[in-house]
Amino acid sequence: LSDEASRPFAGLSDVSISEDIPVEGDISVPMGSSRRDDEFSTLDEPVKETILRDLRAVGNKFIHVLYPKRSSALLRDWDLWGPLLLCVTLALLLQGGSADSDDQGGPQFAEVFVIIWFGSIIITLNSKLLGGTISFFQSLCVLGYCIMPLTVAMAVCRIVLVGGSGPVSFGVRLVVVTASFGWSTFASTAFLADSQPANRKALVVYPVFLFYFVIGWMVLTFSPAQ
Amino acid sequence: MSAGSGSRNTNTEPWGSFDDNLIQGGGSAVIDMENMDDTSGSSFEDMGEMHQRMKEEEEVAAEAAATEDDNTDDGEFLGMKGIKGQLGRQVADEVWQAGKRQASRAFNLYANIDILRPYFDVEPVQVRSRLIESMIPVRMINFPQKIAGELYGPLMLVFTLVAILLHGMKTSGTVIREGTLMGTAIGTCFGYWLGVSSFIYFLAYLVNAQITMLQTLSLLGYGLFGHCVVLLVTYNIHFHFLFYVLWLLLGGLSTLRMVAALLSRTVGHTPRLLLCGTLSLLHMLFLLYLHFAYHKIVEGLLDSLEGPNMAPMQRVARDVPELTLNATLRIQGVQLLLDSFST
Repeated sequence: LSDEASRPFAGLSDVSISEDIPVEGDISVPMGSSRRDDEFSTLDEPVKETILRDLRAVGNKFIHVLYPKRSSALLRDWDLWGPLLLCVTLALLLQGGSADSDDQGGPQFAEVFVIIWFGSIIITLNSKLLGGTISFFQSLCVLGYCIMPLTVAMAVCRIVLVGGSGPVSFGVRLVVVTASFGWSTFASTAFLADSQPANRKALVVYPVFLFYFVIGWMVLTFSPAQ
Repeated sequence: MSAGSGSRNTNTEPWGSFDDNLIQGGGSAVIDMENMDDTSGSSFEDMGEMHQRMKEEEEVAAEAAATEDDNTDDGEFLGMKGIKGQLGRQVADEVWQAGKRQASRAFNLYANIDILRPYFDVEPVQVRSRLIESMIPVRMINFPQKIAGELYGPLMLVFTLVAILLHGMKTSGTVIREGTLMGTAIGTCFGYWLGVSSFIYFLAYLVNAQITMLQTLSLLGYGLFGHCVVLLVTYNIHFHFLFYVLWLLLGGLSTLRMVAALLSRTVGHTPRLLLCGTLSLLHMLFLLYLHFAYHKIVEGLLDSLEGPNMAPMQRVARDVPELTLNATLRIQGVQLLLDSFST
């Protein structure tokens, strides 16, 4: 027992490595090294290139949401630019609703923000508590990007509402919003459900369903100011 | 074992004395004799503690030795620079250590979400069966009934209730003021769930009932299933009579279920009366409130926000472009609503 006990102490008796003991071994560097070199040199590139590269990454993820295959592109290179853009666009489009006074536009913007971000955080926490393997920001990224169909539906609704707000326009808007709500839920499920144990997928999908339902309801019942 | 200060070569025995292993570097690594009592050296924890202390002291000594060496080097060139270098390095080191400690503490706090993990350990089948069971009162009250201690179902039911309330706001034709409505809905539902659960737990604690806080949260949360169903139906079909029937039927069933569970865990007539009476009262009244007064409160809010244009006690249906989904039913519903409050 004293032998094993003294072994941790044995190494402490001489902190410096004497020069006649060669240090040898193998160090393997992961193959991301070439990318690291590029990153170091991106400080000198023109701003346009940086912005375009980020925009291309965001656009690439938009395409992945439009055609939800089980790819890991959204998960591997997560970023929150896309969700921020979508959130701001949706909140701006929801402005100008039928409010009595002008300053009531303020809470609407903040409220959309709060709903989207806190809803996403709660869904992420729920999926982590249920034993999911996805990380916090990856989940936020996926949920944010999958708001895109609803944003598109909001734009369509606003255009339809220019033509009037009768039952026909309501029917059209209902169809569009329902379709985009289903698309959003399906797209986010395709990414999120993979990270869950097989028998608990339904438990994770339900809050996502509620989340997009609330957003879809806000989109559908938006009525412009007279 | 002997206490002593920094001597490297007290190696008197051939097997290497204890001093060699314990005392490090050129610094003064003093071993406190107070801690070296009978149990030291034999128990595992003491060895671990000693190891940790040795490691820290070794780090400090190594750091002191390193700075000493550097100091002597720098001191050869420029005395002042040497001192500044050492000071700066120590300050930087301390800042780094403090930052690391704070970060790890914050991370441990965040990672403590894991204390909630066991309460979310459910299967979809279990959730479905518990939802259905929440409407079926169990007759056996002589033996404590089993109450599931999970939080997933109740949490999802509270959020569903929030969504249904919002849906109700829209279909009843009230003006869409997203900010106030959303905040009020979330506040009401969560306030009811958390507040009434805590209150029932407090009462149960007073009357010495065998129920934990988790179980009251779970019980009350699953009791909201009846509320969700009733509100979902009656927000779309605005008939007073239908609401009263559903209120008694579904609300009553879920209340009876909760009351039976509480009865089975309480002893004595008066405590049972107190606990179950309070719970049934609050539960049934909450449904009533959600159906009637919630709309009223929101309308009152909107009236007060509008300003002096409207007379204070006047309640009229708002004339705004709204959904034409259930136009005739909506008008009937509003009419019935106004009638019920004028009587």
